[in-house]
Amino acid sequence: MNYQVFVRGLIVTTEKNIRIYYKKAPVVIFGLLFPLFMFLAFYIGREIRIQVFFPGFIAMVLFFASSSVGPLITPWEKQAGTYERLLSFPVTVDTLILGDMLAGSIYGMIITLITLITGALFLDIDITGIGLLVVATLLGAICFAALGVFMSSPATPQPSQIMMLSSLIRFPLIFISGVFIPLQELHGAGRVLSYLSPLTYLVDLFQWAMGGAPVHHLAVDLIMLLVFTCGFLFAAHLFHKRNLMKGL
Amino acid sequence: MDAIRVESLTKRFGDLTAVDDISFRVEEGEFFGFLGPNGAGKTTTIRLLTGLLTPDAGRISIMGIDPGRDAISAKLLMGVIPETSNVYADLTVKQNLYLAGRYYGLSGHQLKKRSEDLLSKFGIYDRRDERVRTFSKGLKQRVSIASAIIHQPGILFLDEPTEGLDVQSRRLIIRTIEEMNEEGSTIFMTTHNIEDANVLCRKVCIINQGKIVAIDRPESLKHTFDRMQFIEASFDREVKTGLFASDLISRIVVSGDKWRLYTEDLDRAVKHVAGVAERNGLKIISLRTSGPTLEDVFVELTGGGGR
Ligand SMILES: Nc1ncnc2c1ncn2[C@@H]1O[C@H](COP(=O)(O)OP(=O)(O)OP(=O)(O)O)[C@@H](O)[C@H]1O
Ligand SMILES: [Mg+2]
Repeated sequence: MNYQVFVRGLIVTTEKNIRIYYKKAPVVIFGLLFPLFMFLAFYIGREIRIQVFFPGFIAMVLFFASSSVGPLITPWEKQAGTYERLLSFPVTVDTLILGDMLAGSIYGMIITLITLITGALFLDIDITGIGLLVVATLLGAICFAALGVFMSSPATPQPSQIMMLSSLIRFPLIFISGVFIPLQELHGAGRVLSYLSPLTYLVDLFQWAMGGAPVHHLAVDLIMLLVFTCGFLFAAHLFHKRNLMKGL
Repeated sequence: MDAIRVESLTKRFGDLTAVDDISFRVEEGEFFGFLGPNGAGKTTTIRLLTGLLTPDAGRISIMGIDPGRDAISAKLLMGVIPETSNVYADLTVKQNLYLAGRYYGLSGHQLKKRSEDLLSKFGIYDRRDERVRTFSKGLKQRVSIASAIIHQPGILFLDEPTEGLDVQSRRLIIRTIEEMNEEGSTIFMTTHNIEDANVLCRKVCIINQGKIVAIDRPESLKHTFDRMQFIEASFDREVKTGLFASDLISRIVVSGDKWRLYTEDLDRAVKHVAGVAERNGLKIISLRTSGPTLEDVFVELTGGGGR
């Protein structure tokens, strides 16, 4: 019976998030406009083969889009005074965490799909493994959305603080993950640093799926993304539970 | 079975014991008032009962379920209106109601019917497709309460539900709570309004600084409340103590130029004071009567003063 209630709570929470938070300015700015500006700033006008950078670019889009919704929800609800009511519905912290995560991943997947289709139509992108592409997108979306939810766990009722914090965490990651500099050109410390970023493994997966030049074994990429996802979810569970009634 | 049973419940925040070893029982169908001043621990108690906070010690049972162990089953039985319980400003009235209803498993025709009933009852049917953002406080609270009772909960928790509302919204909300109680729901309501507790509740629990001071039927507490009424008066010149002494006056407190005369019978006491002033050529500068204040009631109940 409780399993049914859990699934129901998950669906209702996800829907609520989609309805309310997809349209919020910080989500649009960080999830949509930001990757677009990065694309324009770094790729346009440079003498590069777009095909080489496209896997990195698409990974960055997925990364920013998926991780933009999560950080906003909890602080927003705390500030708006809706959080305590939400908690009094038949849900647990985990229902809310997973509902926030699902909303984030769906957002990421929609934006990524649009970007992919645009890319395939106009940029002469070569997709060699559709199946892998789908799996990678799904896995990446869930992983980064989980990161987003984890980042919303500090006990502040101020969305702007969390958005700042989440940018501080997300920006450095794109520079060490083979988005702008292909992974095989990273050596020494740069290469080691890249192992710490979950984005690295997604970029590599997209290299696999688009006939690029991956540096890790396929299985390593998949397992590492899974490990990061579990880590983020576990951390989110721990911190959200601890800070549940703080900042109300 | 008791709807709510609490044994030796304790909750600490650092050094502060917000709820200090309290025990009480609420029978099924009872209208239970939880009365206390600011910071008494009312909200903390509600949060413990509804499973949002974990107790440091003690036991809670909601219809036999421990909310700490099986929060979801317990939450399915209750409707909750927290102290700050805003509805979603970005959603319309109807969307807010549907959201709540679906969390509790309502759907389709049942959800539609129940929402429409509540919307009409709360006088917001015509505004059902408007976003809540623009609503006044009273209207928002109506939406909030409608959302909390959409699943017809067996137990309703309300944390100062009429705080800061105008007379009309207040009356509507009180009426709705009373109706739910008549239909069999157990009501647990916090308030710092003695009058509300007196009129509405079948049993009143008075809490102060985390401890239960008294728990009884309002009729029994009424005697205490009655003795705590007072007249406050000031006069144009110094008055000797003892001037107003009478069987009618149980206690006299002077602070500054204000005389506070406690009495069980306001009517006769006022006439007595006026008479004494008249006979002694005293000019009355101000005169007012007041019902019991919570502070006085605590002092009385904890045996700190009075007769
Ligand atoms: N999360 C918290 N952390 C620390 N202290 C808290 C917390 N919540 C409540 N308190 C303290 O516990 C005490 C009881 O608070 P509570 O909110 O339960 O009182 P209340 O009876 O609801 O008061 P009010 O009438 O103002 O709503 C207060 O002194 C309050 O400052
Ligand atoms: Mg309170």
